[in-house]
Amino acid sequence: MSVLPILPILLPFGAATIMLLLGPDRLTAQRVLALGSGVGGLFAAAALLAVADDGLITAYLLGNWPAPYGIVMVVDRLAAMMLVLVAVLALGALLMAIGGSDAARLDGKGRHFHVLFQLQLAGLAGAFLTGDLFNLFVFFEILLLASYALLMHGPAPAEEARVRAGLIYVVLNLVVSSLFLLALALTYASLGTLNLADVARLLAVLPAADAALARTAMALMAAVFLLKAAVLPMSLWLPQVYSRAPAAAAALFVILTKVGIVMLLRLAVTGWGGAIATAGLLQPWLPVLALGTIALGTVGAFAATRLAEVAAWLVLVSSGTLLFALGFLTPRGTAALLFYLPQSTLFCAALFLLAGHVAARRGALGDRVTRGPAASGRGWLLPAWGVAAVGLAGLPPLAGFLGKLMMLQAVGSGGWQGPWWTVLLLSSLGVLLVLSRATGPLFWQATEAPLDDLPAQAGVAGVAPQLGLWLLLAAGVAMTVWAAPMSDFAARTAAQLFERQAYQAAVLGDVPVQRERRP
Amino acid sequence: MALALASIVAMLVGGGVWLLLRPRSWSVVLGLTLLGYAVNLFILLSGRIGSRQPPLLLEGAGPIADPLPQALVLTAIVIGLGMTAFLVALALRGVASRGADADDADRIGEGPIDHHDAGDAE
Repeated sequence: MSVLPILPILLPFGAATIMLLLGPDRLTAQRVLALGSGVGGLFAAAALLAVADDGLITAYLLGNWPAPYGIVMVVDRLAAMMLVLVAVLALGALLMAIGGSDAARLDGKGRHFHVLFQLQLAGLAGAFLTGDLFNLFVFFEILLLASYALLMHGPAPAEEARVRAGLIYVVLNLVVSSLFLLALALTYASLGTLNLADVARLLAVLPAADAALARTAMALMAAVFLLKAAVLPMSLWLPQVYSRAPAAAAALFVILTKVGIVMLLRLAVTGWGGAIATAGLLQPWLPVLALGTIALGTVGAFAATRLAEVAAWLVLVSSGTLLFALGFLTPRGTAALLFYLPQSTLFCAALFLLAGHVAARRGALGDRVTRGPAASGRGWLLPAWGVAAVGLAGLPPLAGFLGKLMMLQAVGSGGWQGPWWTVLLLSSLGVLLVLSRATGPLFWQATEAPLDDLPAQAGVAGVAPQLGLWLLLAAGVAMTVWAAPMSDFAARTAAQLFERQAYQAAVLGDVPVQRERRP
Repeated sequence: MALALASIVAMLVGGGVWLLLRPRSWSVVLGLTLLGYAVNLFILLSGRIGSRQPPLLLEGAGPIADPLPQALVLTAIVIGLGMTAFLVALALRGVASRGADADDADRIGEGPIDHHDAGDAE
């Protein structure tokens, strides 16, 4: 069996281990390793994508134990696509982190920045690859623990606010982890398995008398994923945390909300299918909450005073948009979701990096949206801002527009069409207003006062951080240039997700292992 | 047996949730620990507890206990320990930077609280 499917997990794990052995003082070696792991991860993910796009579902059995007993890694189109997205984001964020002079570089703020970053990548790759629900919990914890620690890196003045936001984030996620464990225990108690393909197989034939317990388990698990995606009643933690995180870490955090969405998609489509035990778990309240999330994100973006806060609220808008499409569980809606997800992630992450660039160039003003002295390097920041803003608002030249169009069409002409079109279009208008309102104070209306405390932070002006920002933007723009193949791919991915028998056969083999039923 | 364990889980969760809602980060840490205990017991219960099922594979010993929940609990305990350690470190950092262990105190009007933990942290 080829080791390719597990390479996206092993590479960052290996890199992190070697970095720990090298010690925190060998920064250059750490950077080389980090970039090497990042580029290697991108190649591995691309190779997996090439394999998966043939329609093949590859199951990698750890230790060669057969599927319902051992842990299994499953590569299908969705997993491969998310791995490529993670790899691109990671490279952009890494370039942002390593650039600049010694005083300002982000990876010098903490002794183990690169180790934590690699562990987070390993956790992300594992979460997308694993076909086992308990293993998913373990990878969730790996990426969360790394994200807690990454959050704490950053400039000293904002320390207290960051610790406060971090405490809320950690406590919330620990409570949710407990809920996740309860859901897993209930799943095991009712179905006797934690393998997703096996769960799908057993749910479909579950007697009605046992359905209540399984339904509770699945509802709890959906709630866990929805909190990760920051859906409405559970979304107020996100803007605080993401806007306090250092730019490079925040850019990577954008994918954390998408982990929740993708896992819910996989659970609902692959796991639940049309089982009676889980019928109506998402409808009709998920679309309502998603619309609320979009509205909240848009209103919050208007109220935000810093660019990073605007970006954080826009992450909520993106989450809401994706969750609305998810709520209906149709192949068409899923295809629209999968087309919209990568570019929305890339542009949100780019906005976080941009906020970092702006903050580094305006001294004490930081990324606050107020008039200030002219930032150095505004000549190249302005076009980047333009591309990011057009991409986020979903205006015609870029693929964000196509994505939103597919989203609008995905609902069809049912009862949801009215509210959906209203909320999504109004929100797009709102985002456009927020971003154009910020353009003036940030880039055009410069005051004459000199930047007295600039030198302390000017280090981000190196070439690498600019490269990171442009990498993310270029990836977003590339999705416009190759929009047709991308939307075809999204449609193929959605179609593959809905072929549930093929997934089960690939993971469990053609003849599933028979087990005696427990008392 | 199951009823006794279920009652313990219920009590632990009740205490844990109550502590979680307290305004001090130290109570929150304790609450999360209690919640963790409850969850671990709950996972153990999911494998169907029986009094005559040893967790060992012995010759002619009849039915054995389901080993999977035990493996799961072990993993959950290790992860929970790591998370709690991080949370304590973070809470201490908050104490160090604010000078008081009062997570929400300013919001509910208690004001900074002077007690010994703050001194120990620095």
